[in-house]
Amino acid sequence: MNRIEQLFQQKREGVLNIYFTAGYPGLTDTQPIIMALEEAGVDLIEVGMPYSDPLADGPTIQESGMAALQNGMTLPLLFEQLAEVRRHTNIPLVLMGYFNQVMQYGEQAFFSKCQEVGIDGVILPDLPLYEYETQYRTMVEEAGLAISFLITPQTPEDRIRKIDALTRGFIYMVSNSSITGAKVGISDGQIAYFQRISQMELKHPRLIGFGISSYETFSQACEYSQGAIIGSAYIKALGAGGDIREITHAFVQKIRGQVSV
Amino acid sequence: MQISVDDRGYYGRFGGAYIPEMLYPNVEELRDQYLSIIATDDFQRDFHHLLRDYVGRPTPLYLAERLSEHFGVTIYLKREDLCHTGAHKINNTIGQILLAQRLGKKRIIAETGAGQHGVATATVCALMGLECVVYMGSVDIQRQAPNVARMRMLGAEVRPATSGSQTLKDATNEAIRDWINNPVDTHYIIGSVVGPHPYPDMVARFQSVISAEMKTQLLEATGKEDPQIIIACVGGGSNAAGAYYHYLNQPEVRLIAVEAAGEGVHSGKSAATSVLGTEGVIHGSRTLLMQTADGQIVEPHSISAGLDYPGIGPMHAHLITTGRAEAVSITDEDAMRSAFFVSRQEGIIPALETAHAFSALDHIQYNSSDVIVINLSGRGDKDLGTYIQHIDRFQPENAIR
Ligand SMILES: Cc1ncc(COP(=O)(O)O)c(C=O)c1O
Repeated sequence: MNRIEQLFQQKREGVLNIYFTAGYPGLTDTQPIIMALEEAGVDLIEVGMPYSDPLADGPTIQESGMAALQNGMTLPLLFEQLAEVRRHTNIPLVLMGYFNQVMQYGEQAFFSKCQEVGIDGVILPDLPLYEYETQYRTMVEEAGLAISFLITPQTPEDRIRKIDALTRGFIYMVSNSSITGAKVGISDGQIAYFQRISQMELKHPRLIGFGISSYETFSQACEYSQGAIIGSAYIKALGAGGDIREITHAFVQKIRGQVSV
Repeated sequence: MQISVDDRGYYGRFGGAYIPEMLYPNVEELRDQYLSIIATDDFQRDFHHLLRDYVGRPTPLYLAERLSEHFGVTIYLKREDLCHTGAHKINNTIGQILLAQRLGKKRIIAETGAGQHGVATATVCALMGLECVVYMGSVDIQRQAPNVARMRMLGAEVRPATSGSQTLKDATNEAIRDWINNPVDTHYIIGSVVGPHPYPDMVARFQSVISAEMKTQLLEATGKEDPQIIIACVGGGSNAAGAYYHYLNQPEVRLIAVEAAGEGVHSGKSAATSVLGTEGVIHGSRTLLMQTADGQIVEPHSISAGLDYPGIGPMHAHLITTGRAEAVSITDEDAMRSAFFVSRQEGIIPALETAHAFSALDHIQYNSSDVIVINLSGRGDKDLGTYIQHIDRFQPENAIR
């Protein structure tokens, strides 16, 4: 069974998913970051494939991506690194990036390679549902991969049902209509949206992402979903410099509310 | 071969709407409504009224006698340079502002490279009293200072795009991100036939007034609606789409798409997308774009900010890959020479973008009996700063002593 589906069978609340950009801060930090995140008790890791034109991302992820590309990160190198990482850990790994990167690698080749190196799922925010369903779904499913689609406060109910039907693994619930890293705090309007979705009794677990950055926002998100996703805040912490293991442990403890500082 | 967009926004295999879910409701709203809104009498009345009395349409189709004599062929110029604000861009912004009003939008955003589309957007926002934010790469803000001042004077806020290469591609990214952050009250006026469906088709429809007028005017002038050849420069491809539109399904009319070769197609500093580009996704559209093997979008180069874009609209990717349109690439140097030549020959100072289209006359085959229409997409006022840097080289004979 797919590691992501396995995770959600065992754990239905407080799932912590952390995103980082591969190749940032250093080209060879992929393994140290993943090992540190696992050791610190993160449940799921999203590995960002750095991209020149990340439309859905705010300045923090944009800048980490530019730095990673300048460091020399490429998709073939990342796959090499991940194959090595997989020999040391069993934590579920999700690759996140933009569809153009997949197209250039070759769609079939990309999904097969994911399977080969032990990636468990993919998130491609700009891959349209129709194109997925008609052209790529079979490839993804045959490779045994999970795939998450995004929903937002503006997504109509019938489309959410459709997304639920096409999802494998978890649904990515965007907390607010915004790019990543944009807003701080969770408003009453967002809570109403979380409640509305939670009452829909979808088949798949939901993780809330975008704007989750602290113990408070993480706990709030967890009240209305199976867990949450943190990206920009962790990248900022990494960007401040220092020992990756120490930064990661301190960061995860803070998010989990196990403050020891 | 019938050339048109299908209901998912594809021209052949190019087009579609590769957008993050956050943009879906906005794009879906447009897709659902643009055709029916455009078809209403009310829209058509306002659109044609404004094109006539505000923009100054129809623009003349001018027989360029001295150019014709020089090249030994009949050359007509479609005078989009005489449109209000100096380029074809306003045909599209008039259409989109009327659409935005009917969708109940209160705030307008746009991207701009040369500043022509930014000025055209700021203009229609002033006309309608709507808030306007224009994203412009920091590099372009430096090289197009007069247009930045025009936008400000028209009341628009010009926001520098400081990400990536700080040019048109990044200004477009920033505008898209703004739209994600403002999903309800904002309409994004894209300036060319690029972006997710329905933009390429919608912008092409608004620009199609160019070829509609050409047909009537050519019939009057020559007794025939059709020329043998239509030449237009292609940045994203909106002036070309407008000039080709009503001839797309007449294969006997040759369509020439002129791209910017920059310092040379293989110099590493070029914007010749049809040669250097491969299939991929940029700004929500599956099309030809300049990118690395790893799918990172490459920085283009052209002396003309309006052609300095790493992709082309999906319609043009389709026209060029199927052979319906012929692509020609023109260097910075050749475009510059043409700008000075046309100015002296016809008394018309063209925009640098348009100068590329003129230069194509040196690079294509034609018969002396042919009728050629060049779409004169814009005037050169905005490029005077660049022309001044080159004037002594191209016109030493009348240097001021
Ligand atoms: C005068 C002129 N022509 C052409 C272009 C290129 O755009 P498009 O290819 O959409 O016509 C521009 C863009 O700024 C322009 O200002």
